[in-house]
Amino acid sequence: MSAAAGAERGIGAPLLEVRDLRVTFARRGGPDTVAVDGVDFAVAPGEIVGLVGESGCGKSVTSLAIMRLLPERGNRVAGEVRMDGIDLLGLSDAAMRERRGRDLSMVFQDPLSSLNPVVPIGVQVTEVLRRHRGMRKEPARREAAELLDRVGIPDPRRRLGSYPHQLSGGMRQRALIAIALACRPRLLIADEPTTALDVTIQAQILGLLAELVAETGAALIMITHDLGVVAGLCDTVNVLYGGRIVERSQRHRLFATPRHPYTHGLLSSIPRLDSAPGEELVAIPGSVNDNLPWAHGCAFAPRCPRAMEACEQRTPAPEEIGGRLLRCHNPVPASAG
Amino acid sequence: MTTTWTQRRKARIDDLAAGRSLGSEAWRRLRRDPVAISGAVLVGLFVIVAVLAPMLAPHPAAQSFPELQQDLRPGSIPGPRTGFPLGSDQLGRDFLSRMILAAQQTLLVGVLATLIGLAAGIVIGAVAGAFGGWADTVLMRVTDVLLSVPSLLLAVSIAALAARPSQTTVIIAVSIVSVPIFARLLRGSMLAQRESDHVVAATALGVRRRAVVLRHMLPNAIGPVIVQATLTLATSILDAAALSFLGLGDADPARAEWGLMLAQAQAYLDVRPALAVYPAVAIIAVALGFTLLGESLREALDPKGRR
Amino acid sequence: MLRFVVRRLLQVVPTLLLLSVLVFAWLRSLPGGPASAFLGDRATPERVAELNRVLGLDQPVWVQYLRFLGRAFTGDLGNSQITGEPVLSEIGRALPATVELSVAALLIAVTLGIPLGYLSARHRGRPLDVATVIGTLVGVAVPVFFLGYLLKAVFAVELGLFPPSGRQSVGIDATNVTGFAVLDGLLTRELDASWDALTHLVLPAVALATIPLAVIVRITRASVLDVLGSDFVRTANAKGLAPSTVRGRHVLRNALLPVSTTIGLQTGLLLAGAVLTEKVFVWGGIGTLLAQGIEQRDYPRLQALLLLGALVYVLVNLLVDLSYAIIDPRVRLS
Repeated sequence: MSAAAGAERGIGAPLLEVRDLRVTFARRGGPDTVAVDGVDFAVAPGEIVGLVGESGCGKSVTSLAIMRLLPERGNRVAGEVRMDGIDLLGLSDAAMRERRGRDLSMVFQDPLSSLNPVVPIGVQVTEVLRRHRGMRKEPARREAAELLDRVGIPDPRRRLGSYPHQLSGGMRQRALIAIALACRPRLLIADEPTTALDVTIQAQILGLLAELVAETGAALIMITHDLGVVAGLCDTVNVLYGGRIVERSQRHRLFATPRHPYTHGLLSSIPRLDSAPGEELVAIPGSVNDNLPWAHGCAFAPRCPRAMEACEQRTPAPEEIGGRLLRCHNPVPASAG
Repeated sequence: MTTTWTQRRKARIDDLAAGRSLGSEAWRRLRRDPVAISGAVLVGLFVIVAVLAPMLAPHPAAQSFPELQQDLRPGSIPGPRTGFPLGSDQLGRDFLSRMILAAQQTLLVGVLATLIGLAAGIVIGAVAGAFGGWADTVLMRVTDVLLSVPSLLLAVSIAALAARPSQTTVIIAVSIVSVPIFARLLRGSMLAQRESDHVVAATALGVRRRAVVLRHMLPNAIGPVIVQATLTLATSILDAAALSFLGLGDADPARAEWGLMLAQAQAYLDVRPALAVYPAVAIIAVALGFTLLGESLREALDPKGRR
Repeated sequence: MLRFVVRRLLQVVPTLLLLSVLVFAWLRSLPGGPASAFLGDRATPERVAELNRVLGLDQPVWVQYLRFLGRAFTGDLGNSQITGEPVLSEIGRALPATVELSVAALLIAVTLGIPLGYLSARHRGRPLDVATVIGTLVGVAVPVFFLGYLLKAVFAVELGLFPPSGRQSVGIDATNVTGFAVLDGLLTRELDASWDALTHLVLPAVALATIPLAVIVRITRASVLDVLGSDFVRTANAKGLAPSTVRGRHVLRNALLPVSTTIGLQTGLLLAGAVLTEKVFVWGGIGTLLAQGIEQRDYPRLQALLLLGALVYVLVNLLVDLSYAIIDPRVRLS
């Protein structure tokens, strides 16, 4: 569907296709938790796709499942993750290691804890180059310095010898981005890359990501809870709720006319500069803990202002309505928004 | 639909009120933990035998039996026979009775040593942690120095001060070793408490300092101390045994205590190894029981483990 | 870095001063006072009075303390009541035996403990891990001296694999160079003497190693588990690094930081553990001196050993802190 959207924009065949992805966590002495419950989406080469939702909606688990970085035990992953037509979930560990960092890579949320505290930044950059591009020590160092320079770290030669704790938060995230893009992967997954940073730095990092992705031609999956991040960046937006995609649309259309009550709620809960004075922000009541299991209806129903009888009885099926995917019995009318 | 949501929320609040607190959550997890259960079984058995010892033991600990003594020879100690299921010890006393009665003495030494160390440690740690500043600096310097002497060496030096070793000197020597550990531990968690939001809030609301310390800080800081106390019960019993082995044990021959029995039995290892093996197994079982209990408690109380 | 070293060195001074106060207080509370305690059986009222004057016990307390401090500094810690020799020369002679034993025990504990802890963490919850964890818990619960006798009974008496006690066989022709029996044999090319000393070393070293081994395994396991769940190991995996690189550079380099501290602490404690082991195996080192000293209430000797034990412990801790600063850049540069 997003592939179709991509085709509309003339981008071409999908680079990554996620089909019916399910991740289940086994809990000791309790029922299993379904974190991701049948997610489908596709990413075209060079496309920027957003995965949006509250914490606990399954967006991070989805990204870790694509990278096959979930803990070895205690979870079950089902479905398909096809890249270049090959199902990543079926690959051997060794074959997956070959691809990680080379074909697809990832930038994480907390740059301080995501960097090894006792190894200099330089080594943490060069080790990817040496592993995937077979570079020798000196050329790898030169390349690493160029990479650090490219992501906007001043005095890169000297910074190669620095340890993570000696850099600022923004610099650390830049270093992580340099590491992720070192081998020019065709797919980059960014999991809340700006959440741990100061607001002023956030915009810089987002700008940098957009610029680098455009320059290298990599596709980007941007995972965030912040619709503001999505607004300036993504081609296609997937809104996740309770482990399922509840609405997917091209970015402009989504912001102009959110149809799912949850998307609508998310948009109404962000303060806007152009809102009329005195207009109140509307919060979504309750929390993810109130979710109904999808098997018994719509997970969002208990918190939904537009919920009807049917919402707690029948699971809404995904429907294509006017170029967007929607999973709702009683969507917001297209005119409202 | 609004009703379902409100109902749901009410149910959730009831859940919370019903006490999914740290304590009961920990308790819930302990009951399902095989490590905790094995520890509790070992400790429970030990405590039952210790408490009921005078009723369970067929004979007094100090009583020597002529029929056993007449068979005592250098190189031979009578083994099991009718009336004496475990045979004789090196002085012609009933070994079974001494094993049973020793449970009580061992428990007494372990518990008293731990309690004394705990009490002193709590006072020092609480004062240092609650007031900070000058008192903190002085008290922690002293505990640091005590910690800088290896524990067995410290216990030995203190026990050696007594002209004649006795049960009391053993208990005191063993307890002093644990004082600095408890003090440091309590101070550490008190300091963490002092910075915590609920204590800051209580202080800001004008609650008196005494009340803040007693009602808000101590109860929350005590968890790690309880864990340490459980583990200390094990080390106290082992330390007491080591003191006995070095000749600093309870000198009263009328009392039976596992550590002492084990230490004294080393001289008769070739003759009757059972005299050493039984008390050794008893000590290992009890020390293991307290350690298992302490470790599972630590895990249960650790908020990081809550999922 | 230099500032860190200097600061850490300066921190030792008040600790040592306080320690001297405690040892002084300990001396003062000896049964019957230091003089009669030092004289032991030879105490007569005249000799006590004489020693009181020599020790300055007729002076004010602070003068006594300063004198004690002066004597301690000059290494004058009195004569042993058992041998009549200066305690320091006694200790000097016994030290190599204990150091040899402790080093052997430490080698066993470290070389077995770290791999075992790592494997245990990697196979968390599987039989190997469960067995290891149970082993460490039991290892700590067994009285060291009982384990010593057990090893001796099984491997020396029953199986005859190792000699039951002592450092060298009677009648072996060994030249004493350093006092370290195994090393001496190598230095003088008396390999049979080295081998003989080595066989004597095995059982006591194993007995002494149990507790540090158990502790090192547990800390390594906990620390590796902690690091395995950390974000930077996830990053390392996201980079597709080879498993050996992830293991060495990312997991172990971080996981071994707390382990190094533990090794230091355990080294400081070995001296105390050696007391029990040496008594069982009639080893003739510091521990034997201490055990004898306790039996005979040889207070000058006990005083010296108490000071020595604490001093070693403080210095080892200092070394650990300094080496930590070298391994961990966060400490080094802050």
